[in-house]
Amino acid sequence: MSLTLVASNVSKSYNEKPILTNCSFSFDKTGTYVLMGPNGCGKSTFFRICTLLEDPDRGEVNFYSDGALLEKDIKLKRQITLLLPAIGVFNTTVYKNVAYGLRIRGLTGSEIERRVDKALDFVGILDKKNQKALTLSSGETKRLGIARALVIEPEIIFLDEPTASVDPKNTGIIEEIILRMKKQTRSTVIITTHDMSQAKRIGDKLLAMQDGGILERSH
Amino acid sequence: MNSIIEGFRQALSLIFHLNEELLGIIFLSLQISGMALIIATALGLPVGALVGLRKFTGRGLTISLLNTFMGLPPVVVGLFVYLLLSRSGPLGFLSLLYTPSAMIIAQSILAFPIVASLCHSAIVAVDPIIRQAAATLGATPYQAAITIVKEARYGIMSGIIAGFGRLTAEVGAILIVGGNIAGFTRVMTTTIALETDKGNFELAIALGIILLTLSLIVNMALHVIQRKGITKTKK
Repeated sequence: MSLTLVASNVSKSYNEKPILTNCSFSFDKTGTYVLMGPNGCGKSTFFRICTLLEDPDRGEVNFYSDGALLEKDIKLKRQITLLLPAIGVFNTTVYKNVAYGLRIRGLTGSEIERRVDKALDFVGILDKKNQKALTLSSGETKRLGIARALVIEPEIIFLDEPTASVDPKNTGIIEEIILRMKKQTRSTVIITTHDMSQAKRIGDKLLAMQDGGILERSH
Repeated sequence: MNSIIEGFRQALSLIFHLNEELLGIIFLSLQISGMALIIATALGLPVGALVGLRKFTGRGLTISLLNTFMGLPPVVVGLFVYLLLSRSGPLGFLSLLYTPSAMIIAQSILAFPIVASLCHSAIVAVDPIIRQAAATLGATPYQAAITIVKEARYGIMSGIIAGFGRLTAEVGAILIVGGNIAGFTRVMTTTIALETDKGNFELAIALGIILLTLSLIVNMALHVIQRKGITKTKK
């Protein structure tokens, strides 16, 4: 099943300051989209609306599967995930952090272990499996966040500033993980960054947020 | 001075020889305070969690009331429970006055606001990003709430331990509703009050040492938990 996300005329303001203005875009194929724009231009707000964490003031976000409109219920919400810039690490082990999304879906122990190990191996922190998650470095924490999102095998995965506050070495590792995600997973990946060269390295389609709306840019 | 030294010597002798009366009083005290704490936690944790997790009309008033009742004077609670349970009171037919059950009721009332208020504080101290992270991973609102409560576990444990500390040291309420009946409702604090009054210091001092040791253990447990909480928020 392939999920299509259609944002139509989405507007959002905070304290009467418009952040998004009639923002429309359709994410309709598997691949990597990179949304660029300066800090505060509304990228994160757009992501939060697309992942149904927030409602827009006007306009709407809809999801389609094989042309059919999907109801915005927990079943749909579990096909989309968002890596928040601050991650939100749970105060437990790396393993339990990554297993969280599977546990709440009612998966069994052996299946959880197999998938968690696979996800941790994918992001290169399998050796930290039993370590307290809060003791990881910032780069490792981002990789934990990616593993936590990947393990649930979402249709669409939003990565909000996945390399922000990360050292150059870990930035390279995360970019390489994203490139492998494109090849080895079936998820549509949508990323925000304000680094143009990074966007060109990892993105199939480049988008720019400008004046509260989204514009497509040539690669 | 000699009588004090002699009192301490005899008190230590009672402790080291595991005096039966002393053990009986300690066991009953822990039983009553423990049961009261279980009841207070069973009621206080959900109330604290509800106030911490949900926005509703009257939430601010509820928080203010819980904070105010944390400082409830034990004798006032004792009087209130006494009036409820006395023969002419609305619950007089239960014949609970001067029983361990009455003492448990009084202590539960005392501990409830402490547990509820400290649980609320622990829950609101959890980084809001945790709820969002849970939601992005597909948690239902209920699952996200459970996750937040789990994240607040060190603060919640501190609240419960603080409640236990208050109960073991409490004397006013249980004396009014328990009556200090030997072998039935006589607990550590009421025994200390009675034996001091009678001039029998050895048992009073022995129980005082036990109470202080208990207080030390409670404070050490709180310290360990708070240190874990600090490690948690360091990142």
